[in-house]
Amino acid sequence: MKTEILNAVESKCLRKNMPHFEIGDIVDVHCKIKEGDKERIQIFTGTVIARRGKGISETFTVRRVVDEEGVERVFPIHSPNIVDVKPVRSGKTRRAKLYFLRERTGKSIKLAHRHSEHTVAS
Amino acid sequence: MVMLLGKKIGITQIYDEAGRLLPATVIHAGPCAVIQVKTVKTDGYNAVQLGYDDVKPSRRKKPQIEHAKKANSVPKRFVKEMRLPNDTEPQYKLGDSITVSVFAESKIVDVIGTSKGKGFQGVMKRHHFGGMPGSHGTERKHRSPGSIASHGTDRGHGGNIKKGKKMGGHMGHVRITVKNHSLISVDQEKNLLVIKGSVPGPDGGYVIIQSAKK
Repeated sequence: MKTEILNAVESKCLRKNMPHFEIGDIVDVHCKIKEGDKERIQIFTGTVIARRGKGISETFTVRRVVDEEGVERVFPIHSPNIVDVKPVRSGKTRRAKLYFLRERTGKSIKLAHRHSEHTVAS
Repeated sequence: MVMLLGKKIGITQIYDEAGRLLPATVIHAGPCAVIQVKTVKTDGYNAVQLGYDDVKPSRRKKPQIEHAKKANSVPKRFVKEMRLPNDTEPQYKLGDSITVSVFAESKIVDVIGTSKGKGFQGVMKRHHFGGMPGSHGTERKHRSPGSIASHGTDRGHGGNIKKGKKMGGHMGHVRITVKNHSLISVDQEKNLLVIKGSVPGPDGGYVIIQSAKK
């Protein structure tokens, strides 16, 4: 009863058109950025290394390496500031959390390419 | 002033129009039955008695059952009085039902609840004392209150501990009012109020929701 009511309240804020992407995908995250009173869309590209939580608090982590410096951003999936998540390329992976990528440098940060329907389409 | 009785369902999060994530407490409020109307003539002041959460009549004693029956109601688990101004006639009648629609226009509310009991707690947790140093010779009294009085305190009485001195003891399970919490939404179908921020008490605890005093 308690969770049912809470879920119903949350569900109004949940995203209806959930973008489909998987762990290990390289994705383009389109997020709204506010500068003063101007709004623009910034694209953050990287590998999805984790997805956690459920309901409104569900988040995913995207990692990329810029100038040999690892950058990770955690995005709430249901945030209205996340306009779109576009999978670009699928990676071959055997686990749900790719934290081992944090220890890797150079060429080895790339996951082997995997052919997948959802990245071919876009 | 309007008042409603309710039950805390739990806390979750909600996005507002600007895309900010807000903490949101969900409260099941009302419908509250008016069980008794008090007037200046009969009781010396104007008020109505509100009841929330039905109880099986067989679980209550006859006086309570009959008292509720006068308002064509069943006994209620949570009963509170709402004071009304003495100079005007009360606009509520016996047996009326008050719902969340009374808050349809409100932006901010006060919520009264009974906080979670914490048991017997020391001064550091209960009164935010600093405690004693972790080292420099301190032994076995790192979380103690230190000196509570001296021979000369409370002049004239000599060596007494002052009344109201903060010490360890039972913490929590007291009536707490949180003021001016903004009301995010009112669901009249399901009798739900969504309030920004936290509300005292455990999930399922009874709360009183009032229009904000200031």
